[in-house]
Amino acid sequence: MTPFTYCKPSSISEAVGLMGPTSQLIAGGTNLLDLMKENIARPEQLVDITGLPLTGVEETADGGLMIGALVSNADLAWHPLVEQRFPLLSQAILAGASPQLRNMASTGGNLLQRTRCYYFYDTGTPCNKREPGSGCPARAGLNRIHAILGASDACVAVHPSDMCVALAALEAVVHVQGRSGKRHIAFADFHRLPGDTPERDNTLADDELIIAIELPRPRFEQHSHYLKIRDRASYAFALISVAAALELDGERIVEARLALGGVAHKPWRDTSVEGLLKGQPPTTQTFEQAADALLSNAQPLLHNGFKVKLARRAIVRALTVAAAGGQA
Amino acid sequence: MSEIYQDEACQAVTLTLNGTPRQLKVQPWVTLLDLLRDQLDLVGTKKGCDHGQCGACTVLRNGKRVNACLTLAIMCDGDDLTTIEGLADGDRLHPMQQAFITHDAFQCGYCTPGQICSAVGMVQEGRACTREEIKEGMSGNLCRCGAYGNIIAAVEEAIPLMQTAQTDAGGPR
Repeated sequence: MTPFTYCKPSSISEAVGLMGPTSQLIAGGTNLLDLMKENIARPEQLVDITGLPLTGVEETADGGLMIGALVSNADLAWHPLVEQRFPLLSQAILAGASPQLRNMASTGGNLLQRTRCYYFYDTGTPCNKREPGSGCPARAGLNRIHAILGASDACVAVHPSDMCVALAALEAVVHVQGRSGKRHIAFADFHRLPGDTPERDNTLADDELIIAIELPRPRFEQHSHYLKIRDRASYAFALISVAAALELDGERIVEARLALGGVAHKPWRDTSVEGLLKGQPPTTQTFEQAADALLSNAQPLLHNGFKVKLARRAIVRALTVAAAGGQA
Repeated sequence: MSEIYQDEACQAVTLTLNGTPRQLKVQPWVTLLDLLRDQLDLVGTKKGCDHGQCGACTVLRNGKRVNACLTLAIMCDGDDLTTIEGLADGDRLHPMQQAFITHDAFQCGYCTPGQICSAVGMVQEGRACTREEIKEGMSGNLCRCGAYGNIIAAVEEAIPLMQTAQTDAGGPR
């Protein structure tokens, strides 16, 4: 690790004041310290935000939850109100990382994870995300784990989070604070597609820190499922993951949410496909049509064509399990 | 503590390590793993991958299992840390340590301190009861000798023993 200075602010405004191009916030540190050891992140100053008062989980007026950015992934997954009202989120969190990492990693930090693209991690190769303009060896190289949707010539990396796929399906809201005050960002607008600027993973301003994640009123606790497909049974990143959530009225789908992980630079959600599900009966045929529609624009690379078929099956299975009550 | 680590970059850290209060000085970039092994000679905690993937460096921080390799020592100010060296009560092994011996739950032994600390942390979380839950709960600890079957057997045996020990002692160990 390159040497750096360390400070630990005690207020949010103090922390915001310490942010800058050569400083980096640290909470759980599970991704940042790894990146620093690999010489990918080289901050001159670390701002330890673990002393900030952002560790609560509070109920909101509509039965939703306001989750402090510093709540650990383990505490969030096992919070009684999350288990009761947002089991999709608990499932997704517990499908990710290891128990040790979930004890360390923060809610806000989970959103800020960087891609696990091999080339991003290998400083001996070019990478537009790591060094803008240097090129993307993944597009013509080993790209089994890479994107099939929303990629660009500049970058075919995928976002690694499981938690964020569930948060996308649940339409979470990201609350942030910067020098010019507070604002909130719809989850769909938080992460971004790579385009010509893959070095930017999200839409946070340089002086903004995540203070909370808000979950709107629960609607899907009866019918949701997180399905993760990976190379080994546990402790691996998703090849494909699906967060499926349905609100059913008798034999019809009233509301549907469908988000995918492992397929794009951000958790992938297509509201037009969700629209196709509304009003339909929760049958295999309905789910297959939705899967086909979602994947109709898929552009697989040389080694990841299997992801299109795998995603189709995973979408149908996740929706089927969700419709049946969420227990696989 | 070794002299070579003393320079102007060092900052003071006060923590409780295996029950003993310690006042230390560390450079900001020193991980908890390197502090334990290189400065404090507590080499039971192992460096395997140094990237949070193998679990050999697992210790208990404020009762919760964490990867010491991805923890900065300077961020442990005020914390209560337990390493493999702090689990036994004098000459009496922790039930998890005894169960690992009883079940021959290792071959080379390199991952064992991390396995045991992780297992103790898992039992304290109270979420792993069945064999399947134990397997999933121990997935952050790799054993390249492949002693998993015996590790699971050891953990299964130790769970009720730890619960009994907690009741006897009036609290968690």
